[in-house]
Amino acid sequence: MTDWLSPEEWAAVRLSLKVALTAMAASLVPGILVAFLLERGRFWGRQALDVLVHLPLVLPPVVVGYVLLLGFGRRGPIGSVLAEQFGIVFAFRWTGAALACAIMGFPLLVRAVRLSIETVDRKLEDAAGTLGANPAWVFLVVTLPLIMPGIIAGMVLSFAKAMGEFGATITFVSNIPGETQTLPTAIYTLTQVPGGEAGALRLTLASIVISVGALLASEWLARRARRRFFA
Amino acid sequence: MANVSIRDVRKSFGATPVIRGVDVDIQDGEFVILVGPSGCGKSTLLRMIAGLEDITSGDIRIGSRVVNDVPPKDRDIAMVFQSYALYPHMTVAENMAFSLRLKGTSKEEQKRRVQEAAASLGLTPLLDRYPRQLSGGQRQRVAMGRAIVRDPQVFLFDEPLSNLDAKLRVSMRGEIKELHQRLKTTTVYVTHDQIEAMTMADKIVVMHDGVVEQVGAPLDLYDRPANRFVAGFIGSPAMNFIEGRLEENGLALRSGAILPLDMRPAVPIATMLTYGIRPEHLQIAPAGTPETIPATVSVIEPTGSDTTLIVKAEGGNLTVLLRERCALKYGEEIALKPVPFQAHLFDEAGRRIASS
Repeated sequence: MTDWLSPEEWAAVRLSLKVALTAMAASLVPGILVAFLLERGRFWGRQALDVLVHLPLVLPPVVVGYVLLLGFGRRGPIGSVLAEQFGIVFAFRWTGAALACAIMGFPLLVRAVRLSIETVDRKLEDAAGTLGANPAWVFLVVTLPLIMPGIIAGMVLSFAKAMGEFGATITFVSNIPGETQTLPTAIYTLTQVPGGEAGALRLTLASIVISVGALLASEWLARRARRRFFA
Repeated sequence: MANVSIRDVRKSFGATPVIRGVDVDIQDGEFVILVGPSGCGKSTLLRMIAGLEDITSGDIRIGSRVVNDVPPKDRDIAMVFQSYALYPHMTVAENMAFSLRLKGTSKEEQKRRVQEAAASLGLTPLLDRYPRQLSGGQRQRVAMGRAIVRDPQVFLFDEPLSNLDAKLRVSMRGEIKELHQRLKTTTVYVTHDQIEAMTMADKIVVMHDGVVEQVGAPLDLYDRPANRFVAGFIGSPAMNFIEGRLEENGLALRSGAILPLDMRPAVPIATMLTYGIRPEHLQIAPAGTPETIPATVSVIEPTGSDTTLIVKAEGGNLTVLLRERCALKYGEEIALKPVPFQAHLFDEAGRRIASS
């Protein structure tokens, strides 16, 4: 079974999954928070935050990767502090790939969650308050279950974006086999060497299998979340 | 249970004042209805009592406690919303147990209290259903059940019947009133429907443009409206208003007819006044009868039990409500004779100066 792919190809698949799942998991809570801020918040600089969050959607990915390299590189203003104070290094590590993917997928996650927050009837939250719930409870027991379909959709989008991310990743963390070489960069590399077509095709198939799997899983989760609303 | 006292409460959204100094006293166990046209501030006032809107100035007390800065959860109230605000992801039983679950009440106690409330509202067979599987009236009842289970000091209702069809509204009106008589919990109820207000309230607060126009028992408001707004708002079909000039022998109308007044109001001769008369206090007389209002029949609406007549008179439409059936025809010339001692006179500022 495992000789279906070469060890290097397996490494790329495993790394891609690790990067995509990490990116998705790490951006989940901040994504929900930012979606709430943008949808419900009335504060100075809301517009600026909105633009900032959506920038990765409109900028060329290579530009995002380069900005990350400038900021989070070993000598970058953020990267140097993180490396010295906390020993956290992003440059040319798989964690950097995850950071790039998380940032590229962030606007998609935020948009999906924000849309679902918009559809929540504020009266449901008001009612919980009058029934004795504090704001944290209102969020956990009322708001969160109601926006769950949006959160699931956002997670799938974030995961899918991470699986396919190329430009920002290769610019920020390069294309190091076993460390930062994800599925797309591995496929690209194989297409650049003579005799790599078979490997590229195998990885393409792997990519399709993972994507279809992610879609099916999200459908199943969304149906479970929705069942109580519309079944 | 508790009384609710509202003292010089004001509310502005930005620079726009929506509540402009309201004083209302609600006694322990009383059923008070805030009524007024849309935009009068009644729902905002209710939300301020609930703690869902903050108060720009003034005081709201529940019991002896000023609640201005108390969050909704600590006000010991329960609110029923027009949209019912049921949780779509919870069953009827879970919706009703919501407040108990937050309080950490034991499962057995939750079950007992939910079943008790469900039984009183006829919801027992529906406890395992989800809100989407219920009809509008059933959802309304679940929303009430959820409020009852909380056992609050004060019930707040925000136009709870507006989403129901006419027939269901009438029966739910009775159910809410019956519920109040059984539980005797202080209730504040908002509606734009003056019939709901008349039929259910112990006391009605009529609001208009962010101020209280009048507070009183339903029939007091009907019989002795403080001003033209209340006179026109309470009662269906609405009161007729006719402009006239005060003369020695009565009120001179535009048509030249003179209406006799039962009592001489304490204002100078030649003052312009508004004469208000309810549709049921106008009688039909043959055209040309002295001391009547000349009119032409415009619309006849028989409902079976009574007949509503719309006539053209004094440059506008007047409504006449007849208890007996009539053989009038479209375009017929008639005269309207007011029933003695039933008319109201309003000065130019709209204040009622006397029953004529």
